[in-house]
Amino acid sequence: MKSKLIIGKIKTLLKVQYSNMLEYRMEIALWAISGIIPFFMLNIWTTNNLNESINFSDIMLSRYFLCAFFVRQFSVVWVVFSFEEDSLLGKVSPYLIQPLNPFFRYFAQHLAEQITRFPFALIIAFFFFIFNPESLWIPNFTTLFLSTISTFLSFIIQFLIQSIIACLCFWIEKASSIEKLLFIPTLFLSGLLAPVASFPEYVKSWIYLTPFPYLIDFPANLLSGNETNISGGLSMQIMWILLLFPVFRKIWTEGTKKYTAMGS
Amino acid sequence: MNLRKYLKVYKKFLYTSLASELEYKTNLLIDLITAILSLIGSIFLLSIFFQNTGTIGGWKFEQALIIQGIYTILNGITNTWFNPNLTEIVKHIREGTLDFVLLKPIDSQFFISLKKINPSGFLEILLGFFLLSYCVWINQINLNFSFLTLSLITIICSICILYSLWFFISTTTIWFVKTWNATEVLRSFLYIGRFPLNSFSFSLRIFFSVFIPIAFITTIPSEVFLGISQLWKILLEVIVTFVFLSTSRRFWLFALKYYTSASS
Repeated sequence: MKSKLIIGKIKTLLKVQYSNMLEYRMEIALWAISGIIPFFMLNIWTTNNLNESINFSDIMLSRYFLCAFFVRQFSVVWVVFSFEEDSLLGKVSPYLIQPLNPFFRYFAQHLAEQITRFPFALIIAFFFFIFNPESLWIPNFTTLFLSTISTFLSFIIQFLIQSIIACLCFWIEKASSIEKLLFIPTLFLSGLLAPVASFPEYVKSWIYLTPFPYLIDFPANLLSGNETNISGGLSMQIMWILLLFPVFRKIWTEGTKKYTAMGS
Repeated sequence: MNLRKYLKVYKKFLYTSLASELEYKTNLLIDLITAILSLIGSIFLLSIFFQNTGTIGGWKFEQALIIQGIYTILNGITNTWFNPNLTEIVKHIREGTLDFVLLKPIDSQFFISLKKINPSGFLEILLGFFLLSYCVWINQINLNFSFLTLSLITIICSICILYSLWFFISTTTIWFVKTWNATEVLRSFLYIGRFPLNSFSFSLRIFFSVFIPIAFITTIPSEVFLGISQLWKILLEVIVTFVFLSTSRRFWLFALKYYTSASS
């Protein structure tokens, strides 16, 4: 009985959010295009033959950046911006009355957006292969499966981090600036702009202790077929999730006590 | 007379938006840290590129730093003026409050592109100037009169082109209502302005000098700094600036004919 109710909730949430997202498909297409920075980086790497020194062949490097693009597409999180707006306008109040944590709503929103985005990402990949036909490859089923999981885990890590920041809205009104601050290390250290393998030694020595390389570098390497420590990477991702989730729970219960229903 | 009126109005704009932004003082501090980290990140990325090679696209590391400096200044200007105002334009059009702007006895383009100001961008502009003066020192550039005028002219032109691009996209809001993601596309394209144009492949170079003149925005001022810019390039930049400014102006007036107001 209870599980039926939960499944019903999940279905409705996803359905509502998916139809909502389809309304904005043009926007999402543009958003997908805005993720092409990895391709510009690839262009710098190959035009200047910078990859020779890091033992990445041209083909592997272009696959890496394509995969980085894909992983990024399916792990983009913006929950803090939605939550900040809702909380400033007082829209959170009706959500709080419902017997459902509002973050489920945002989570469904993100998932629905990813489903809408999928075809656009495929189109971009199609064009990528037209321009770089030599890098075309089809990953086998296990890699595809494992990298989908690790991309999803990366998405969950980022979702948790942002949700924690979003909960700070209960104390300070504009939490999105903290997110912008945190986005900088994510951008430069996650492997979106350069594979972590190319980083200098003094960075490599500590970077694997942070969550950043597991956000893009690890799933992208996995998907593109580069050598990676699969079990190590996956367990690090799960460890970060297990670490962040209680923090989120704690800050959420503390925050809702502080809630002042601004703007309503 | 007219100019004095506009100056007076602008002073009021400055006062009101500064007053409202200074409400969030901690935000300013966080934004400063963000700007510093972002600069460190891009220099880190640049240093990865130069790890095993002396030049990229014919630019040495110290020379490429000039581009970073100019990019930082321009990014600061974008964050101070263009970005907050663009957000307002989208809001005006979606909520139909553009009616009130159009009714005011003042030029609508002036009003909507200068109404708001976000002081945290100032810090970024300052950072950019620090980096530039450091570059002047390490590249042993001698500051004479012609150098100063030329660099001032090219940087002003870059600002104008950048403004036109932003304003052009904001204008399309009149038809598409939500242009958030179009600006994200522009942002990601502008990202390549951090690197010398010559470091990209030929086709991208053509794309970024003909369709979206990012080449003009950072590379030409940097070339002026190094004293390797040809006169025709500077003249071309001035011409492009005029074309962009007048086109964006005309486009705005054209778009206003299609403005149908909303929710009123």
